[in-house]
Amino acid sequence: MKTTPSIMAGIGLKIPAIFFSVALTFLGLLFITFFIGRVVPIDPVLAAVGDRATPEVYERMRIELGLHLPLYQQFWIYLLKVFQGDFGMSVLTANPVLKDIQRVFPATLELATVATAIGVLVGIPFGIIGAVFRGRWPDHILRVVSLFGYSVPVFWLGLVGLLIFYGRLDIAPGPGRIEVFYEGMVDPVTGLLVVDALLAGEWDICKNALAHLVLPASILGYFSTAYISRMTRSFMLDQLEQEYITTARVKGIAEWRVICIHALGNVRIPLITVVALSYASLLEGSVLTETVFAWPGLGMYLTQSLLSADMNAVLGATIVVGGVFIGVNLLSDLLYKIFDPRARM
Amino acid sequence: MKRCCLLILMSIFLCCNPVTAKTPKHILVMAAQIDDMISLDPAEIFEFSGAEYAANTYDRLIGYDVDNVAEIFGVLAESWTVADDGMTFTFKIRQGVTFASGNPMTAEDVAFSLQRVILLDKSPAFIISQFGFTPENVKEKIKAVDAETLVFTTDKPYAPTFVLYCLTATPASVVDKKLVLSHEQDGDLGYNWLKTNYAGSGSFTLKTWKPAELLMLDANQKYWDGVPAMRRVIMRQVSEAATQQLLLEKGDVDIARDLGADQLDSLKDNPDVKLHPKPKGGIWYLGLNQKNEALSKPKVREALKYLVDYQQMADTLLRGTMIVHQAFLPMGFLGALEDKPYALDVEKAKQLLAEAGYGDGLTLTMATRNTSPTMDMAQAIQATFAKAGVTVEILPMDGKQALTKYRARNHDIYIGKWGPDYQDPHTNASTFAWNRDNSDEAKSKPLAWRNAWDIPEMSEATDAAVTERDPEKRAAMYQAIQREHQQVSPFVIMFQEIEVAAERTDVKGFILGPSFDSNFYYNVTK
Repeated sequence: MKTTPSIMAGIGLKIPAIFFSVALTFLGLLFITFFIGRVVPIDPVLAAVGDRATPEVYERMRIELGLHLPLYQQFWIYLLKVFQGDFGMSVLTANPVLKDIQRVFPATLELATVATAIGVLVGIPFGIIGAVFRGRWPDHILRVVSLFGYSVPVFWLGLVGLLIFYGRLDIAPGPGRIEVFYEGMVDPVTGLLVVDALLAGEWDICKNALAHLVLPASILGYFSTAYISRMTRSFMLDQLEQEYITTARVKGIAEWRVICIHALGNVRIPLITVVALSYASLLEGSVLTETVFAWPGLGMYLTQSLLSADMNAVLGATIVVGGVFIGVNLLSDLLYKIFDPRARM
Repeated sequence: MKRCCLLILMSIFLCCNPVTAKTPKHILVMAAQIDDMISLDPAEIFEFSGAEYAANTYDRLIGYDVDNVAEIFGVLAESWTVADDGMTFTFKIRQGVTFASGNPMTAEDVAFSLQRVILLDKSPAFIISQFGFTPENVKEKIKAVDAETLVFTTDKPYAPTFVLYCLTATPASVVDKKLVLSHEQDGDLGYNWLKTNYAGSGSFTLKTWKPAELLMLDANQKYWDGVPAMRRVIMRQVSEAATQQLLLEKGDVDIARDLGADQLDSLKDNPDVKLHPKPKGGIWYLGLNQKNEALSKPKVREALKYLVDYQQMADTLLRGTMIVHQAFLPMGFLGALEDKPYALDVEKAKQLLAEAGYGDGLTLTMATRNTSPTMDMAQAIQATFAKAGVTVEILPMDGKQALTKYRARNHDIYIGKWGPDYQDPHTNASTFAWNRDNSDEAKSKPLAWRNAWDIPEMSEATDAAVTERDPEKRAAMYQAIQREHQQVSPFVIMFQEIEVAAERTDVKGFILGPSFDSNFYYNVTK
């Protein structure tokens, strides 16, 4: 009797290989980021001590930061520390980098998750409609809407969104994650304000945090909507031309079943990759959206650190971004295996 | 299912109406850029927002009247005397003051705070150490004789106001010795703790600091000079000026701190908002690198000074955020020179360039920070320079990158701002008009050095001015230095900065001082 290996067993066999490739990816990531950080024409000591420091203070800080050592030695020391779980101190925030990331990453996670949810919930139906009504007016309208979402700068869209929904119509709250006077009233457990407020039973704060999420998440979501709907449309068009669809139709199956069960069922597999990639890119933090909405997330943290040559922070944040990317990719691989029997072989 | 989720999302969007949350009556909320703040330790703070934080949470020995800087008064010092030798300052310390921790404040705390600055030797330490203090001698030279008396001995007689002004600066903030030392680790004098914590006696105390996100201060209920009306002050990081404006217009913040000329213009007719301008010490200038052969010619330097349309830029570009100013001491400083000898004069500039041998024009680069208003100013200057055949290539870059280039003397022209570190003229004179060693390995790198300007005689004059004890003579000395500087220096000094806070009309009593360490919240009511 022939046995088919179970999903988990298949993955179990590959664990050493996965581990090795992840480790290699991280090492490469660290290496490149580290050396880019050392060749940018910004003096990291300057960022730490300011423009007015005396030469003695400057020199001492240079040594404190280890910048007097040869590059390879600096890299080695850094690697050793990272293996011990020490990402060093951020010069900009005077806090350990790990603590900073624990603070800024949930803000981005919250935003990216809601935005992706919007992208999926709106983008996939849009894509299906576009494919079904190919070349007719619903398709044209959706194409224009998507194209707009794809081509207008998010920065501008964010400002206009604020101006209309917050400034004029008064139906959305202003920028920030929460109303300032709620600030610090719930203890961070997960870092996700909405969840923390719920855990603390603070319904008002939860509602407020949720309300603050809606506008920036919708704007980010609009972008993933545009992307996801275009991809869904083309995947669907591919499927709808297949012979099994014609067969299904000939058999007299209701059209909605043909589209939503037969065609969409086959489209979901490539869609996983599309959604995963779009989620991963949002998790890197969207600098512009975060800037407009005064959203203290990973994107803003990374940019500020980079512009100050705060290398510990940049490297720490890069590892997080890399980890997220690899994690989301592994997850989509796993989903592939669940949804697509062929991938289990 | 999907439709259902969509409906839920839509209803959240519509129902979670925040009902135009106005700021509570006893909380002052400001939208500001506080991402420059990298430490809360007054011995280390050297950034604009950090200085403002320390000004509101810590007290110093003395202060000055923000409208008339010449008026110096005691804060934690009740009175002081200067001995005839001009080197010994004796302060009588105010009694009955307690720190927010409840510990009583004594001369011992003051001595510890000043000694700590020297011992830690962080960036702003030179403000105190320039009077001859070293880690070795400071415990002798700054000493608490008893609980009420502090003796401060300088290495030579300086102008007394020079010493006193330096004691109004951020590093002279008095910290709670007992509290700080209780957090000491490995002899760090509590530095690693105080970097993110608080140990002061000021009108406000620290509640929360989330770097680049939020600063929250609470009124100090034990403040010796009266508890402030605002129970809490919140500064929120809002990087985008347009967002700040929107928050202010909606009443979600009481004060917007970083609006540009465009935003200020559009707020002028808003009845709910008033603009609160205050000239600051920041001086905007062009630095002309003397390592560039063309720029080292005196006539070329002079020509460029005639190729900036000062008034036009102030009127159309900078509208209320800067005023024309052409000497290195900002208005309000002792001896500040208010002459404005330069205006746009293309013919004269052409003639000067021809005399210098550049009648056919020349090409220069300008290291320019890629933010407003620096970029806009650079473009305006580029346009007027071109009229006399001077082609400027603007090199846009990040601020710290531009500064790195400037400090390495790799620029042709640098456009930037210099802000004084304390209210005494020496702060600017020692950088614009002092350069003792012009070699690449020089220890001190003042602005004159960064532009490779070798000035032994002017440095001599600057050193003489700082030890002159007669204020009138001293003012005259600075005026003479500035006049010469205005004519010959490689600095095209253009503007003095004006800080404009946009406030809701119900906000009263917010004090903007001439420096970033003299913006105060204790008088605010609304």
